[in-house]
Amino acid sequence: MEIILNNRKETFKKNQLTISELLVEKNFTFKFLVIKINGKLIKKENYKTATVKDGDNVMVLHLISGG
Amino acid sequence: MNFNQIKNKLKNKVVGIAGCGGLGSNCAVALARVGIGKLIIADFDIIEESNLNRQQYFYEQIGQKKVFALSENLKRINPFVDIVPIDIKLTAKNITKIFRNCDVIVEAFDIAEMKKMLIETIISELPDKALVTGLGIAGWGDNNSIKTRKIDNLYICGDEKNDVSESHPPLAPRVGIVANMQANTVLEILL
Repeated sequence: MEIILNNRKETFKKNQLTISELLVEKNFTFKFLVIKINGKLIKKENYKTATVKDGDNVMVLHLISGG
Repeated sequence: MNFNQIKNKLKNKVVGIAGCGGLGSNCAVALARVGIGKLIIADFDIIEESNLNRQQYFYEQIGQKKVFALSENLKRINPFVDIVPIDIKLTAKNITKIFRNCDVIVEAFDIAEMKKMLIETIISELPDKALVTGLGIAGWGDNNSIKTRKIDNLYICGDEKNDVSESHPPLAPRVGIVANMQANTVLEILL
């Protein structure tokens, strides 16, 4: 499948991935993330069930401390 | 637009600032100077000596509540700004009520977990609201790694690289750059 991840086209072998699988695949290891699929907020408790499919627009924002 | 036209446009605008530390206090100063109509500033914290390396407070204000000290400092800079200090710990339960009527909200927390809480709350409860977040201010130098980007109604300012740590402390210049980028982004949205 081909998705837009953080405004960039990305291709994956699988036809769909859960958010948890996507994070492993991309090696995103930050502790605090904000994730949206097609503009809809995905809460942490749904990372194992929410799925990303071909054509989806996904935002994974890493939160960094400091201010 | 000349400065008078800019001031006329900004005097009816309301900006909410979540957190009055390094990002929030510096961003508020910039917005007060250009004449934003109303600033809603929220924090529960007290000024400590260690804050003075980057936050807009004075030595003799150590021990005071940040919201009240900042309110006083902003009024000394521009007495025509309506400052609403809210002495509260912001949570997912009270954020929407406090910032509902703002034209733009500035996320100015220091802790990543709090940033997440605020961004998620605004995305789910006030999805049409412009939110300007500060992500990545630690250390010094490396000016050109600091950027702004936009996803839907979320504007991200910072280097998005390093958490603060022993070897990457938050310091006035870089925190100030990002805080002023946030203020600059607010103007871009409002003007």
